[in-house]
Amino acid sequence: MSAGSEERVGFFTDTSVCIGCKACEVACKEWNAIPEDGLSLSGMSYDNTQALGASTWRHVAFIEQPRPEGRTELPLTEPASANGPRHGDGGPAGDMRWLMSSDVCKHCTHAACLDVCPTGSLFRTEFGTVVVQEDICNGCGYCVPACPYGVIEQRPDDGRAFKCTLCYDRLGAGQEPACAKACPTESIRFGPLDELRERAALRVDQLHKEGVTEARLYGHDPDNGVGGDGAFFLLLDRPEVYGLPPDPVVTTRDLPTMWKHAGAAALSLLGGLALSFALPGRGRR
Amino acid sequence: MGVSDRFREWPVYRQLKGEDRLGRGSAAKSRHTERLRPRTDTADHVTQSICPYCAVGCGQQVYVKDDKVVQIEGDPASPVSRGRLCPKGSATLQLTTGPARRHQVLHRAPHGSDWEPLDLETAMDMVADRVIATRRDTWEWERDGVRTARTMGIASLGGATLDNEENYLIKKLLTGLGVVQVENQARVCHSSTVAGLGTSFGRGGATTFMQDLQHSDCIVIQGSNYAEAHPVGFQWVMEAKARGAYIIHVDPRYTRTSALADLHVPIRAGSDIAFLGGIINHVLTEEKDFREYVLHYTNAATLVSEDFRDTEDLDGVFSGLDEEKGHYDPHSWQYEGVQVQQPTGEADEQYEDRVHAAGGAEAHGSGGARTAPRAPADPTLRHPRCVYQVLKRHFARYTPELVEDVCGVPRDTFLRVCAALTANSGRERTSSFAYAVGWTQHSVGSQYIRAASILQLLLGNIGRPGGGIQALRGHASIQGSSDIPTLFNLLPGYLPMPHAHKHLDLDTFVGTTRTEKGFWASMRAYFVSLLKAYYGDAATEDNDFCFDHLPRLTGSHSTYETVMAQLDGTCKGYFLMGENPAVGSANTRLQRLGMAGLDWLVVRDFSLIESATWWQDGPEIESGELRTEDIGTEVFFFPAAAHTEKSGSFTNTNRWVQWHHAAVEPEGDARSDLWFTYHLGRRIKEKLAGSTDPMDRAILDLSWEYPVDGPLAEPVADAVLAEINGHGPDGRPLTAYTELKDDGSTRCGCWIYCGVYADGVNQAARKKPGSQQDWVAAEWAWAWPANRRILYNRASAAPDGTPWSERKAYLWWDADAGRWDGHDVPDFIPDRAPDFVPDDNATGPQALRGDDPFIMQADGKGWLYAPAGLEDGPMPTHYEPQDSPFTNALYPATPRSPTRQVLSREGNRYHPSGDEPGAGVYPYIVTTHRLTEHFTAGGMSRWSPYLSELQPEFFCEVSPQLAAERGLEPDGWATIVTARNAIEARVLVTERIRPLTVQGRTVHQIGLPFHWGPNGVSTGDAANELVAIVLDPNAHIQEDKALTADIRPGRRPRGPDLPRLVAEYRRRAGITDTTGTETRA
Repeated sequence: MSAGSEERVGFFTDTSVCIGCKACEVACKEWNAIPEDGLSLSGMSYDNTQALGASTWRHVAFIEQPRPEGRTELPLTEPASANGPRHGDGGPAGDMRWLMSSDVCKHCTHAACLDVCPTGSLFRTEFGTVVVQEDICNGCGYCVPACPYGVIEQRPDDGRAFKCTLCYDRLGAGQEPACAKACPTESIRFGPLDELRERAALRVDQLHKEGVTEARLYGHDPDNGVGGDGAFFLLLDRPEVYGLPPDPVVTTRDLPTMWKHAGAAALSLLGGLALSFALPGRGRR
Repeated sequence: MGVSDRFREWPVYRQLKGEDRLGRGSAAKSRHTERLRPRTDTADHVTQSICPYCAVGCGQQVYVKDDKVVQIEGDPASPVSRGRLCPKGSATLQLTTGPARRHQVLHRAPHGSDWEPLDLETAMDMVADRVIATRRDTWEWERDGVRTARTMGIASLGGATLDNEENYLIKKLLTGLGVVQVENQARVCHSSTVAGLGTSFGRGGATTFMQDLQHSDCIVIQGSNYAEAHPVGFQWVMEAKARGAYIIHVDPRYTRTSALADLHVPIRAGSDIAFLGGIINHVLTEEKDFREYVLHYTNAATLVSEDFRDTEDLDGVFSGLDEEKGHYDPHSWQYEGVQVQQPTGEADEQYEDRVHAAGGAEAHGSGGARTAPRAPADPTLRHPRCVYQVLKRHFARYTPELVEDVCGVPRDTFLRVCAALTANSGRERTSSFAYAVGWTQHSVGSQYIRAASILQLLLGNIGRPGGGIQALRGHASIQGSSDIPTLFNLLPGYLPMPHAHKHLDLDTFVGTTRTEKGFWASMRAYFVSLLKAYYGDAATEDNDFCFDHLPRLTGSHSTYETVMAQLDGTCKGYFLMGENPAVGSANTRLQRLGMAGLDWLVVRDFSLIESATWWQDGPEIESGELRTEDIGTEVFFFPAAAHTEKSGSFTNTNRWVQWHHAAVEPEGDARSDLWFTYHLGRRIKEKLAGSTDPMDRAILDLSWEYPVDGPLAEPVADAVLAEINGHGPDGRPLTAYTELKDDGSTRCGCWIYCGVYADGVNQAARKKPGSQQDWVAAEWAWAWPANRRILYNRASAAPDGTPWSERKAYLWWDADAGRWDGHDVPDFIPDRAPDFVPDDNATGPQALRGDDPFIMQADGKGWLYAPAGLEDGPMPTHYEPQDSPFTNALYPATPRSPTRQVLSREGNRYHPSGDEPGAGVYPYIVTTHRLTEHFTAGGMSRWSPYLSELQPEFFCEVSPQLAAERGLEPDGWATIVTARNAIEARVLVTERIRPLTVQGRTVHQIGLPFHWGPNGVSTGDAANELVAIVLDPNAHIQEDKALTADIRPGRRPRGPDLPRLVAEYRRRAGITDTTGTETRA
């Protein structure tokens, strides 16, 4: 493992080509020897995984959208070709939509989990990713409420916190993460983050030209509340529809201000205390 | 380590002295983290293999460390998969190394209550003894006065998950033993594909390969859930889409495929012939056919016999129907002036009946049906009896209004599909069809495929890049288990098994099969070479090359007839090899009751599947219908080796033969099916050695010498592949099937695979990366025939040999070189000029014209009209499914296919349909389907925790309207009932399945995934409990894609209350033993 930093890498997940197959979930579990974590029918469409957690590091969400009122209206457009309109053009054959998206740890630029970890278990790798060192983690659980996405979690029978490592061990050998390798339609793309951001911008433009005006990027912006995600997405609707927070903020963002205010308050208190002893008061001899 | 080293490693020290001042990066790294290496890097070696799940045939890399498999992931070198894997392929590590796998032989004594472990060698001996004894007890020299030389007491099922080499030995051994009841998943899956494509084009496999879909301008996915059943193959649809192709998905349900399609068309399950017929009618009426292609490459101009009568003339049937027997005499369907040779001069009615019962259409898997090479024709296409006009008349009433009425598809949507297809066909553009069992698994399944074939011929899409018909098969080597068939009616290379007949010698047999023109004319050479491969030196000119050693057919001996024979007590012994009929076949209750009548059962699999444990804890034990102690079946369970533990070849859905290398030895008593079959055969031959009983002559003559290797004495799979490829008189491997002779000097186990071992090199094991080749990737693996990837590719060029357009150039005539050139191996005679006209008396390949792209067809043309080959008609006709809520709107007098195979018996009763009294007792349509996360009958997915947690329970999909109508609770339970059985499922209410308006009223459809059974990590009832056995007469494939049922809230009854409920429903519906069995209304 080189001591110097490598180029920052990450994921661009283009949900517009996701077929909801969950190869990513299985490839991840096989590679990382993650245990099965729940054999119950959720009733949430085809999503029986339900959420990211200590033993689910890739989670495919399914959102059925049967009627136009359930989502933003698509404007009717000119046909892109002689074939006819695309992507939900109205009429009984066209008003159904099924969104599918593979969620993952965002490997935030400003990672709250990393900020609050007291043991140094969580650290920033030379690839710009955030990884938990299972031999260090003491199971304090501070990272769990810190994550604005609700990704990291403790394993019940173990106590330690677990999450996606962006296949840190594979990266070190020049191999891509297991989920990206498996994905049949390359919905999950792995690579240098700035290249991915360029590709994503082009893809959104292309979709807009094709009349898919709802297509948008999520987590790509370095000016957002977490400084931009190492794993960002192309969505076809608002993030809340996918169960993603619309405006995530690194929970430690206000810490400096809070410390300043706390410091100021403490000084004021001390000052006031000193003053109360320094000034002569009534009833003193 | 020294103190100072320890100090320097201290994170605080590293933080202060190094670059990571905040201690959030490299300073915080532990020693363990520092030393992390992926096991893909530390492995001892990595082996290239092929995924054992579906028929896409993705490449896999198998990493081995200390003789154990430690990782399996995609092989980036594969041009098919590009390193990707679906969830099942990704779960292969858990499949092959997880705790669900068994490694010990188990034995259940007759009437025993539990398994006992058994030593492997003892078990093999016991099985050999059972085979010999049962064979002796049930041996039959003749039936009804004709020689059969066989045993009907033993049967075998399974093969689609096995290697080609294994299927070859299984069929060879069992045929040598006189066993005809040899079947596998291909029967219940795509047998109708072989019949439908074979009679249309001369070969019964997918006409193109998945990677070529990227060149399509329009893709229609129908009768298939491509993204869910073949996810990695679906990447090629996405490539086409990225290039602007229009993707249409026609399906009763809105699935994950629909989510990525540009247009989803909800359709009533069971009405696709009406839909496709509507498009055919549209193309003919609007004259949108690709006229030049149609004129030169199809039989559009050929004249049909004046005795022919269409369904329009006879109220829903063709001429020649024997209503009582339920089959057609097809003589009146022939071309004008054609008389087809019969086995003997006299008519032999019994023989005819038996041949009709067996259906011969799958024998056109590589060699078309028989007719004259040249018949009278009208190139102006105006003669009333030319095929073009006959076709037009036949489909004239398949209007958009009819499609709306029968299929429930609004006419605007239907016309949009027509517009997309016609706009994207012709010189400059091509469209393709991708289909699977949503089309094949019907009582008219072969005709579904015929309908798509007709349409693609009219549009001029066959043999062209981005065109063709992509038959999506389902198992790793199910194409292989059809080509090198563990099927009752076929020998390797789609050569037919002979029927019992008084005067059938080799020459007569060949005479009734071969055609005059093209490569099927050399059928005798292929057949004799096979007999030499089977019987070696014992096969000589004098004894007709041991032709009489082959057991004879006397009708259909498909897996479903075998189940009936088990119920009737005539079939005593059964092998199940990687197949699970207690979940995967129609009418699973009868499958289990059949097995309860056996003397012995041998199950080979990874885990204790339902077909191995039904005697102990199956549904009939639960209901009390059977008691364990009363069941006398002796059961053997042999743990099977995984694909990582053996070398061999799989043939994927595109006819690509791909080799997988063994990475490790199997553990414990697990053995490959190659090992099992070879050593079983060896033992049987040893035990029978020296016998003078004429019954044993054939098995003793069977050549059974194969080299073995390694500590387990595993047969060398390469040697078996070499036998399949064939050898010349000097013992050298052959290169092409044109080298085969009919004088006994050549041997060849499967003529269409001749060339797979050319030059003594295993061509199937070629692994030149796809990234180093063009999209055809001719140096990866080997495709049959002759490594041709797109079949009929002569049709990608115009009659004059130039490409139809630059954009769609694939094969073209190089006049200077005097040869065909292009991106693929020509599916044509390499130096046959496009304008070549043969002499009048030419035969065989010499009789092929320069514009005959369909070189296996009797007349060299694609068949819009099939004058021979199919039992149920020369053209597809809409009929209702066996169980249907509707009358036949087109032909009320003929509601269902008059030649469908009905097998009404207790436990397999049919429903009243349409207007018949009692039809309302089962008012809803049920269609079975797949999910991405599971695999077929569950043996390879329901024991896997990683797959089971993705889809943990059996559920039904219903619309909100149906849920309201029947009071079904979302996420609650429902019970679904037919005349066969009742099952329970969790309720998934979704708008992805919609009520349709058909024939003026609303009809609801219910979706049932068929993967579940009571065993494994994820358990549930089997959807196939509900399905009746009613079969397509050509292929004997069941109808499980459209049936009727009732659904009600709550869990199903347990114990004897379950059969009581089912019986009560039958009473209410007034079901008798004749319900639904009529030929006409």
